[in-house]
Amino acid sequence: MSLQIENLKVYYRTLAGDVQALDGVTFDIADGEIMGLAGESGCGKSTLGNSLISLTGRMRYVEGTVTLDSTELPIWDFGDMNHHRFKDLSIIPQYAMSALNPTRKIGRMTGELLESRGMKHKEFIPELKRRFELVGLSEDVLGMYPIELSGGMKQRVVMVVSTLLDPSLLIADEITSALDVSTQKAVAEMLVEFRERGFVKSMIVITHDISILYQVADTILVMYAGKLAEKASAETIINSPRHPYTRLLISSLPEVGVTYSGKRLTGIAGTPPALLHPPEGCRFRDRCPFAYEKCLEEPPFVEVDPGHFTACWKEI
Amino acid sequence: MSGHGNDSRGNGEAGLIKLENVSKIYSTGTFGGKAITAIRDVSFEVQPGEVMSVIGESGSGKSTIGKMILRLSPITQGVIRFGGTDISTLKRKALKEYRREVQGVFQDPFSSYNPIFKADRVFSMIKSEFFPGMSGPEWRNKIGLALEAVTLDPTQVLNKYPHQLSGGQLQRLLIARALLLDIQFLVADEIISMLDASTRIDVLNLLADLKGRGLGIMFITHDLSLGNYISEKTVILRRGLIVEMGATGKVFGNPTHPYTKMLLASVPQLHRKWEEIADELKVSETVLLDREAAAKKAYETVSEILAPDADDSVLVETEPDHLVRFSPEEAREIEPAALAGKTA
Repeated sequence: MSLQIENLKVYYRTLAGDVQALDGVTFDIADGEIMGLAGESGCGKSTLGNSLISLTGRMRYVEGTVTLDSTELPIWDFGDMNHHRFKDLSIIPQYAMSALNPTRKIGRMTGELLESRGMKHKEFIPELKRRFELVGLSEDVLGMYPIELSGGMKQRVVMVVSTLLDPSLLIADEITSALDVSTQKAVAEMLVEFRERGFVKSMIVITHDISILYQVADTILVMYAGKLAEKASAETIINSPRHPYTRLLISSLPEVGVTYSGKRLTGIAGTPPALLHPPEGCRFRDRCPFAYEKCLEEPPFVEVDPGHFTACWKEI
Repeated sequence: MSGHGNDSRGNGEAGLIKLENVSKIYSTGTFGGKAITAIRDVSFEVQPGEVMSVIGESGSGKSTIGKMILRLSPITQGVIRFGGTDISTLKRKALKEYRREVQGVFQDPFSSYNPIFKADRVFSMIKSEFFPGMSGPEWRNKIGLALEAVTLDPTQVLNKYPHQLSGGQLQRLLIARALLLDIQFLVADEIISMLDASTRIDVLNLLADLKGRGLGIMFITHDLSLGNYISEKTVILRRGLIVEMGATGKVFGNPTHPYTKMLLASVPQLHRKWEEIADELKVSETVLLDREAAAKKAYETVSEILAPDADDSVLVETEPDHLVRFSPEEAREIEPAALAGKTA
């Protein structure tokens, strides 16, 4: 197991109280697994990704353990995590295009980053150039300022720099969302290639676009309102989902070939609950067409088929 | 909302909105010294009760067309007609009348509202601008009808601030705002790309229902599956040029231009992997992203990898209701007579 997360809870402090954005999630990622993490905005998917890297000011670690390659990560301790960030786990942030320091040339910025981790910049230059070439950037980029690069080039720079130390786990947060369909495809395929070449061992790919995950991910984890809804292989999630939320979500997505006059799709009525004071029991209850009395209790996230986990009383 | 569709403007051969050889050149640079051609010689028309998808990647000029139709941006060359009238000649009163009938809804619902005011202020602004004489109860009734048309519950959305509403609700409020006017044509520019998957289909269905009332819609999107779902006609734009257009079923069912094929092969689909689609469409590897070669030239979008369409390329009708752009040589092989129908 590359990554094991046990009952992780991370809340946001607000004046009105704690927002329970990540409320007890437990799952594993195997070595070499690309796990897609899907869900609507506000479901806690980015909170999960960010909390593994760094807890920002308003995020509060409540409980739970994160184990990466048999080492427990001190995610509540910003300073201690410095020993792990970049080396053991790394992130490509949602706005990769604004992640670069505008006052430093790319080469110098990379050097500072490496030296802050006690590495010699020079030793990495050949490897850096090789990887830039792989994603189609010339080595001249090292001598350029971020402003001289286009958005897509900056994104590729961030991808290479984030993975330079061959981290065990890479978190890619919505990196394809702002791109055109064709560029999206190229970036998604690049992620898979990074794994094939061993630049990263396992990956969490966070996106709201489940069809991208079907193309690149081995497994898909669906979140809803701060809880896990379902995890299974990509094939299973798309073709035979068991949680009502996943089922309704998949059936609401238009595909090339599906037309309004031929097959009218429907969305899911209602909105996700506010996480400041989330309801007891299953959080999808109010929008779920199959809800019954049992749903007032919280459903456990259990394995219903080998490798297929879901949190729904109807499926247990 | 009265008089939809059977208005004298909305009928006949003229079409509701008609673009005739429209071009748009933006001048940029310090003293406007550089010219960027955003739209080149675009012609199409939309009938009442019809949804036309305009599909393209960033920089293809799809939003520019919307802005020109809404009179938010002047037209460099060519004519846009609404019910036969050249819209660039409209002034003052006539322009206000035009705005009564042609409205737009844009991508980001959160930035379309002023966060300081309540969201329903967009309605009161319509009242003061267009219906100053209407009585309170009559106006409230009108709002009720418009909200009903977009399936919103008045108690949930009126008297609320934008941050209290979801993106889907805000977007539907903007459509309701347009419906308060005697709207006949709606420019919907990427209106659902910022919404969550579980609610976006509802907004899409809403648009499809509105066309049943005789509304003409221009649906601007980069997402082919959404365009395919809702529209009767599709226009594929690339660098300001129409490369393929016609009935949606034909454009998607029998994609002919390499760029259309490439787009279709890049859309992530739910039940088919990329490789299968590429095989099916017979998109060669050179057409698909040859990453290393492409990147050396710092291409941003794949549209730049395919050779650009030459200036003398022409749109040829390959089958009824299906036009594809070819170079003059290819066009001659396909259909010598088709050159007579050359647009331009």
